[in-house]
Amino acid sequence: MNLFLEAWWWLLSPEQYVGQGGIPQRIGEHLYYTFVAVGIAAAIAIPVGYFIGHTGRGGVWLVGIAGAARALPSFGLMLLLVLLLGVSGRDSAALAALVILGIPPLLAGAYAGVQQIPRSTIDAAKAQGMTPWQVLVSVEIPLSLPLVLGGLRGAVLQVVATATLVAYVGLGGLGYDIIQGIPLRRFDQTIGTALVIVVVALVLDAVLAGASRLATPRGVRVGRLGDVRARS
Amino acid sequence: MRTKLMTGLALAAGLVLSGCATSEDASQTEAVVVGSQAYYSNEIIAEIYAQALEGAGYEVERKFQIGQRDAYLPELESGAVDLFPEYTGNLLQFYSPDASATEADEVYAALGEALPEGLIALAMSPATDQDSYNVTAEFAEANSLVSLEDLVGVEGLILGGAPELEERPYGPAGLLETYGVSVEFDATGDVTVDALLEGVVTIANVYSGDPRIAEFGLVTLADPQGLFLASNVVPIVSSDRASELALVIDPISKALTPEGLVALNLQSTKDEMSAADIAAGWLEANGF
Repeated sequence: MNLFLEAWWWLLSPEQYVGQGGIPQRIGEHLYYTFVAVGIAAAIAIPVGYFIGHTGRGGVWLVGIAGAARALPSFGLMLLLVLLLGVSGRDSAALAALVILGIPPLLAGAYAGVQQIPRSTIDAAKAQGMTPWQVLVSVEIPLSLPLVLGGLRGAVLQVVATATLVAYVGLGGLGYDIIQGIPLRRFDQTIGTALVIVVVALVLDAVLAGASRLATPRGVRVGRLGDVRARS
Repeated sequence: MRTKLMTGLALAAGLVLSGCATSEDASQTEAVVVGSQAYYSNEIIAEIYAQALEGAGYEVERKFQIGQRDAYLPELESGAVDLFPEYTGNLLQFYSPDASATEADEVYAALGEALPEGLIALAMSPATDQDSYNVTAEFAEANSLVSLEDLVGVEGLILGGAPELEERPYGPAGLLETYGVSVEFDATGDVTVDALLEGVVTIANVYSGDPRIAEFGLVTLADPQGLFLASNVVPIVSSDRASELALVIDPISKALTPEGLVALNLQSTKDEMSAADIAAGWLEANGF
């Protein structure tokens, strides 16, 4: 327990919160990589997922690709991309590795979100005289939101945890204090920072959980699934 | 508590390793357990030890790639591992972080005192694998750099290295204190040499045994003030087996030169040979 106490003291000492390399700066760097990567991943994965879910084409193909992408080791991919793009392009390389990590859950969420809408609902919308565009905007997007946000939660959680690795190529973030602490045997620093990452991840997840509650259409909320992440 | 935890781990490891070195009378016939770090160059040296011991009629058990010092030193201290290739400076820094010795013989002497009960450092090898600051040949020429002293007054220096270098005594603070050179620090980690070649950093911390120094024509800056700890290859053994193992291992330490170590490493990084083949080749070439 002593190690955790030491980590706690490390977290409580004010010098961790000021200046270059302080915890606030590291959290900022960590969140920057997380948000930019998830943002790019969402911009790619959600439209593609909707397209496939809407048209029903390429589903099997998609599941295969998304499954394979999940198996890619992020650390190896990041180092490979840094070597390919050069060290001067290391931030793009690290972001690309995180984007690739974030795409599968988002894609699955968007695809499954549209796919699970009962055919009769879509047919009813069409029978009302809705154009395909109106069907997408007024029916498919609102009804798929819970699963899309579930996919987003999954993606954010994975990316925020993996963003720890960007420190291996000198990009900072909370991982920096961990990989610096181990060889220096500063286990208070290592464990303290790991706790900060856990808290950041939990806070992000809680915010997204709240958002997905708010975003769920009233009609859907009645029969809402308990934990949508499990289904995505 | 930390030490208790470590002792616990060491005990557990000792049990798993079938309680080697617990019986006192069987030391002649009992297998010698040789360990190595998870560092390709260290594994080659360990493999040389192992094959030399096999050649001398010992039974050898290999426990390679054990990782960080926090993981393997408790095993050595407990006697679960008998022989381990180490580096004088880095090991001294582990046991006494405030050690002031930097010159090879001083470091070796200080290490002898810092080692815990039950562990002995055999004679050290002339081969070193230590931190060193390197610049590209063009940069060295443009600023007429030979030694760290020549860096004074060079503008815009950026030092690249592992994240822990920022806090090491020979890091940016030590460079300023010893040589009056101020640098910016970039934690380039695993891509430090690439960062130097691309010009992202101007100085790179590279181990002196790294074949890429020769491969890319890097210039290692001399260290006349002894900023870096000398770090010679040194076999660490359990004291109860030290005298018998020294007979086999000492001649190897003597024959292993700094250039020889770089050549061994190059066989691994460039020719992608296995540690076993590299070790066998070296032993044969050196007449063992």
